[in-house]
Amino acid sequence: MPQSSTDRVFGRFLEPLLPTEEYLTINFSPTSGSRKEYWRNNGISADFLGDYFSSFFPISEDTQAKIDKRNEIKSMVSFIANELLENAMKYSEQNFRLPVTISLHLYEQELVFIAANYAHLTTIATYQEFIQEIISSDIDDLYLRQMEKAATGESGSSMGLLTMINDYNADLGWKFVSLSDKPEVSKVIIMVRLKV
Amino acid sequence: MEIKTDDYQIWYEPEKSTVFCSGYLRLNGSEEYQPIMELLISAIGAQPIITINLRKLEFLNSSGISMLSMFVIKVRQNGNIQLIFEGSSKILWQTKSLKNLQRLMPTINLDFS
Repeated sequence: MPQSSTDRVFGRFLEPLLPTEEYLTINFSPTSGSRKEYWRNNGISADFLGDYFSSFFPISEDTQAKIDKRNEIKSMVSFIANELLENAMKYSEQNFRLPVTISLHLYEQELVFIAANYAHLTTIATYQEFIQEIISSDIDDLYLRQMEKAATGESGSSMGLLTMINDYNADLGWKFVSLSDKPEVSKVIIMVRLKV
Repeated sequence: MEIKTDDYQIWYEPEKSTVFCSGYLRLNGSEEYQPIMELLISAIGAQPIITINLRKLEFLNSSGISMLSMFVIKVRQNGNIQLIFEGSSKILWQTKSLKNLQRLMPTINLDFS
């Protein structure tokens, strides 16, 4: 994708991605299906990614470990992929029927998720404010503040991203790419990196 | 009191003063979690102790984690109630995320098995 002067990057967004043999991309094209069916697909796809990628990891021989490596990977991938898909679906611009995609790339020491959707500029402005807050805050403090906020029902989806960082040690980066033919919409790409 | 679907089941056993949650919870935002929240709140009642058993809750999305935070804050506001979360050390999200609830209410008892 050519870099335009209006593209913006936040956090650690690696480009280009190093090549790997093991990756998987799922593309969701908008259909007339109900919102509920759509939502159900998030869970099914996230579980599939978790199952598929965990098969590259050994079943732990350490009998003392409560959760073996394979199950750990499966649960981590499933949780993170589900959150990324929920966010992408929730904040996609509905008027243009543009797709949502999620890719997962496996490297020797990390897993890299890339999720993309198209959102309206007003949605993006709010999102970028929150991203700035994530980048400039102490995550521990922000997590607690957002939990208190969530309790009043006003935090939106912010707990998903914060949980990835705070509880799973994920490293996040974002890229916003403007579209020349649709000035009110941009492509939102989030990269989540997990040490494995 | 019981909520049962193909994906999850939530029920209250008054004699144990325990709400049991099992299955996979991936509902869409606080609105969809409202019925579960109401069940949890109605279980607070007049009991001095309330236990939330999550040992068979395999999956909870972040909206569900927010619902638990909301519940903890309701209990905190009530004062004088001992809140116990029973978790499983074999379910990753519980080992990663449940401890955060103690930051909202340090007297929470987390019982992993």
